[in-house]
Amino acid sequence: MIVRILGEGQFRVDDTATTELNHLDTALETAVEHSDEPAFQAALTGLLAQVRADGSPLPPDSLEESDLILPHQDSSMDEVRKLLTDEGLIPG
Amino acid sequence: MLMKGTAARMGVMKRVQLVFKAKANKALDKMEDPRETLDYSYQRQLELLTKVRRGVADVATSRKRVELQMNQLQQQANKLDDQARKALGLGREDLARDALTRKSSAQGQLNDLQGQYAQLQAEEEKLTVASQRLQAKVDAFRTRKETIKATYTAAEAQTRINEAFSGISEEMGDVGMAIQRAEDKTAQMQARAGAIDELMASGALDDVGGRRDDIQAELDQLSANSDVESELRRLRGEIAANTPKQLEGGPNGDGQAANGGQGQSQAQSAPYAPPAPLAPPQQAAQSAGIPVSDLPSANDQPQDGEGS
Repeated sequence: MIVRILGEGQFRVDDTATTELNHLDTALETAVEHSDEPAFQAALTGLLAQVRADGSPLPPDSLEESDLILPHQDSSMDEVRKLLTDEGLIPG
Repeated sequence: MLMKGTAARMGVMKRVQLVFKAKANKALDKMEDPRETLDYSYQRQLELLTKVRRGVADVATSRKRVELQMNQLQQQANKLDDQARKALGLGREDLARDALTRKSSAQGQLNDLQGQYAQLQAEEEKLTVASQRLQAKVDAFRTRKETIKATYTAAEAQTRINEAFSGISEEMGDVGMAIQRAEDKTAQMQARAGAIDELMASGALDDVGGRRDDIQAELDQLSANSDVESELRRLRGEIAANTPKQLEGGPNGDGQAANGGQGQSQAQSAPYAPPAPLAPPQQAAQSAGIPVSDLPSANDQPQDGEGS
């Protein structure tokens, strides 16, 4: 499975890590839904750290598509909300 | 917010990915011939590469501007510290206080700028890495594009093009966002840098090498006064040592001495006439009925008692 962390690049993550990642991802989503800033920070940091720890970076010239995409490390909750709608941050 | 229907428990990761994919497909669907898509996308990639490189340069420019301001503020803080020291040495605690207050304000601005500088540096690094990654992917895409075109058969083309295209367009979305974020941050900091420039121009922090500030003016005045005092002492010492006979001089010497009495002009016009002891004879002359105009340079008011 390939995971992209925005602003950092792509990682190949073993499928066995999926359960843990999903767990953290759900925590992140819940935090955003409840506008819970401390929980949001903790969940985002935890999720990204997990991807970096479990994954190995893809070579820069790889043209593979990611299975999952994660927000920037320093994202605000607002930014993440916009990322989840297609009028948001993604240019053209 | 996005709790509607099946999107409710999809997770952030999956939803962001879907949004990316939707964007990529929209661009792809515009083209009738899949091969056109390749060239179109390649053009976009090159444009984005140019843009991200310009972004790196812009951030670097902002970083340098902040660096320049930091240097100016540091110089200013040092100068104000010197002024405070000097003012205290001259017994002017009020001036010292004033200088230290301004120093503290300059120091606050400096701390703020240090934070901005670190942020800009990080942003510059991120964009540089992003531009290198995009360059590698654009090169890979070009190779694949040429291969696909050379071996083009309608049957397989669409799939292979889609693969190459979605891989690169994801990167482009990522890099595009990175540029946008860097631009936003830079714009914020430029606004703050502009505010600091204005603050320095206003004299609130007093620009180094610029116009003279009031603390410095007062210190200069104090120090000029004390220079005059020490010059006077020196001259008196010289006179006392070298020309004791002049003390008994006639009205000529009296008048010159009375005319002097203030600072260095006296030293030039009447080098041998000590001011204080000679003033009384002039007063004596006036009270004795001698017209004041008869005394050389006596149009000036008597200066005895002043300047010492």
